[in-house]
Amino acid sequence: MIRAVLLALLLCLAWPQAAHAQVAIDAAPLRFVDDAEERRFHALVAELRCVMCQNQSLADSNAQIARDLRREVLDLMRAGHDDAAIKAHLVARYGEFVLYRPQIGPATWLLWFGPLLLIVAGGVVIARIVVARRASTPLPPDDTETW
Amino acid sequence: MSASRARWLPLAAFGGILALLAAGVWLSRDPDRDALPSPLIGKPAPAFDLPVLGDPERRVTQADLRGAPYLLNVWGSWCPGCREEHAVVAAFANTQRVRVIGFNWKDEPGDATRWLAQFGDPYALVLADYDGRAAIEWGIYGAPETFLVDAAGTVVWKHVGPMTDATIREQLLPQVERLEAR
Amino acid sequence: MLPELGQIALLLALVAAVLQTVLPLLGAQRGLAPWMAAARPAAYAQWALTFIAWAILTAAFVQQDFSVRYVAENSNSLLPMVYRFTAVWGGHEGSLLLWVFVLACWNAAVAWFSRSLPDVVLARVLGVMGAVCLGFLAFLIFTSNPFERILPMPLEGRDLNPLLQDPGMIVHPPMLYIGYSGFMVPFAFAIAALLDGKVDAHWLRWTRPWTNVSWAFLTIGIALGSWWAYYELGWGGWWFWDPVENASFMPWLAGAALIHSQAVTEKRGSFHGWTLLLAIATFSLSLLGAFLVRSGVLTSVHSFAADPTRGLFILVFLGLVVGGSLLLYALRAPDGRDGKPFAATSRETLLLANNLLLVAACAMVLLGTLYPLLADALNLGKISVGPPYFGLLFLLLMTPLVLLLPFGPLTRWQNEDVSRPLRMLLPWAVLALIAATLAFFTAPQGPWKVAMGVAGAVWVAGGTARFVWTRLRAPGGRMGAEMTGMVLGHLGISVFLIGALLVEGLNVQREVALLPGQSLTIGRDAFVLDGVLHHVGPNYESDRGTVRMLQGDRLVATLHPEKRTYASGGQVMTETAIRPGVSRDVYVALGEPLGGGAWAVRVHIKPFVRWVWAGAFLMALGGFVTATDRRFRRPRRERTA
Repeated sequence: MIRAVLLALLLCLAWPQAAHAQVAIDAAPLRFVDDAEERRFHALVAELRCVMCQNQSLADSNAQIARDLRREVLDLMRAGHDDAAIKAHLVARYGEFVLYRPQIGPATWLLWFGPLLLIVAGGVVIARIVVARRASTPLPPDDTETW
Repeated sequence: MSASRARWLPLAAFGGILALLAAGVWLSRDPDRDALPSPLIGKPAPAFDLPVLGDPERRVTQADLRGAPYLLNVWGSWCPGCREEHAVVAAFANTQRVRVIGFNWKDEPGDATRWLAQFGDPYALVLADYDGRAAIEWGIYGAPETFLVDAAGTVVWKHVGPMTDATIREQLLPQVERLEAR
Repeated sequence: MLPELGQIALLLALVAAVLQTVLPLLGAQRGLAPWMAAARPAAYAQWALTFIAWAILTAAFVQQDFSVRYVAENSNSLLPMVYRFTAVWGGHEGSLLLWVFVLACWNAAVAWFSRSLPDVVLARVLGVMGAVCLGFLAFLIFTSNPFERILPMPLEGRDLNPLLQDPGMIVHPPMLYIGYSGFMVPFAFAIAALLDGKVDAHWLRWTRPWTNVSWAFLTIGIALGSWWAYYELGWGGWWFWDPVENASFMPWLAGAALIHSQAVTEKRGSFHGWTLLLAIATFSLSLLGAFLVRSGVLTSVHSFAADPTRGLFILVFLGLVVGGSLLLYALRAPDGRDGKPFAATSRETLLLANNLLLVAACAMVLLGTLYPLLADALNLGKISVGPPYFGLLFLLLMTPLVLLLPFGPLTRWQNEDVSRPLRMLLPWAVLALIAATLAFFTAPQGPWKVAMGVAGAVWVAGGTARFVWTRLRAPGGRMGAEMTGMVLGHLGISVFLIGALLVEGLNVQREVALLPGQSLTIGRDAFVLDGVLHHVGPNYESDRGTVRMLQGDRLVATLHPEKRTYASGGQVMTETAIRPGVSRDVYVALGEPLGGGAWAVRVHIKPFVRWVWAGAFLMALGGFVTATDRRFRRPRRERTA
């Protein structure tokens, strides 16, 4: 049992003071009906976060809770829910923290659209520089500098 | 924006980042900082139907527990933090203000029973979630975790990690008093 | 006794750093030649003293002196000798000492190679570098002393984290630190130029090789970290967009922008202010990276042990250095209207676009990394920002860059008739599309990613080849070192694209329960688990599996994945077994024992994954080659004004 505790603790790369722990039971790998199911599963599970670990996806983590949640995701898939419903199911229980792809909403507008705004602003700045630097008469290409 | 104004932009941007990082340093002083807030607060406790530890024929559902508030304490014999907080949980159970229900998570029944025999059994009742499915409904992701559920079956408080006397005094008791005042 | 000498060496190095900062800067301000002349000796002294300190700490590890707290925390009597050397940088204090030593090396290198620099410039540059070294030394001595004793002396050390007991660990941190600290050089030059009030091409020609070499080292450091995570962490990924990885990637992106910006400014005299700002930003991002890793502000898989007090110190240091630099920039930045004019279609414009895209990518990574902290601080809840965000936005930002890349070398300065490069590149665009279509229809899975990877790689490689051909065919056609370096760097991108996109699209993973004798089949390959035996290593015990890889009846490889339990702390590590290859890696790991002799076995097939690191190494090589260009080494003594 002690080995299992230490196994779980370390597999999670949890900090030493994390007395918040788990156990290793039922480690049998999941079986998939077909390739399509397996691909969908892997794609979905890579977008979910192992809530216990420091920074690992549900796909990568060996923590017990990650194994349980992977089983839960597969069960939900087989029950006919689509990806969005499965994500919502987990968010209702663990909060938005469980999603590695943050939901687009007022709280994340800056995150999702900030870079685009930066590109647009930068584009405007470049355009203004280019316009300002244009000479009055057309310039020849400069090949004097070999590089 | 004029060229002269633009020169101050990098400094201003950096100032913002620095402020954010300072806030980060400030926040990281709190040891409970990494605990996930529960989305269940204010919502009905999830439905469950679990056997009792040591008496698997007897099953308990969330409806059975309605009528009086209860403290649900998630533990396992494999969990060192649970042993840490056990004395605190026992002390609170002794005050008899709120019944304390144990939630034995992903544990072999033999190990769990032995653990209780060794460290004491303060629980009014211990539910056994062997495969962990019920725990997912509660948003449990590690042990120990503790929930306070009111008489109507609504989750009012959750604590992640071992509880200390300070936790009981500063967080749990005020919640209990609020429930008793109703 | 020795550790105390180490402490003294560090304190003396601090004194040297103070002298290196105060005397030359004041001397440059007031024209006092003897004060300015103090810079070089101070730099050499600092180097010697930090080297002594590092040597003493290494000796403490080799001799297993557990009375030194840091040694006790990061070593163990069973630790093999080679890891005793590398354990020196296995924890916070020691890695910081390594950083301080590397800074001192750059310091001394600049002092040594600067014969052609005017005294005032050199004094300012060394003065600024002295200030940076001073900050790090102070941080080391006052908050993270590696020589602190622990009494009573423990009989046994806690051990080096098993994750770090690995050859990759030997080289990755030093490469990374050489890269990070190297950016101090262009930073110091930028500050010196701002202090001077005069910015001209000379300082740029001087700085460029230093910038290129630092960037090259950083590239190697990041690539090694990625490779190490791949084989050591047992998850099969090569990049996780983890905050600590992002902390190293941001200065890399800014550094790449800086390399290009310096080229424009040197050759055309334009955008001095922007290049200065980028130099400041790149080094600031290195410092920010140090902060993020060591302060515990962000949760990450491989940050050092968190400590808010240390975080506060670095934050103050960051505030002073970066804030001070940006204030100086705001007050003294040169006018925007410098350099030769240029048309809208010219290489200048393309390089502006290059900088915009790289800087936007860097800003995006910063935003995503800090956003959870922002949301938490503003009480918007706890959210996660992970690979789905970073990967998508990075792809969106890099696609225009990849599309424009081949145009860069073929577009002339000042004004270019767009039809000319278009004409030269059109056949390559067509070839790229044909190759992509072929790839799309022949890929067993992930057709879009495979097609994109092939299209991008052929386009970039073809466009670069076209440039080389044009160049060599021109009268007097020769490729100087700078050009060769550029070609290598761009080819590196092409190779990297194949690796990154194809492995994403084509990788296969399976996990099954196997009893000895049973096998797992993936495509043409069968993996037979022969058994799992107990094995004893120098400081660990393990369950060592034997997995034979067969194609039909032919034995292709025998692999030995392990699960090791380290004696010191009982930690369990998964050692994967990898069969490397040019066209694919086969990656086998043991999962949990399932009772009855059965084991969970995980197999990954990773096509072209090695191209990721090959591409990175090509880029680094390009950086090194560029720095050797003779133009940079021509000594030109500028008359002091």
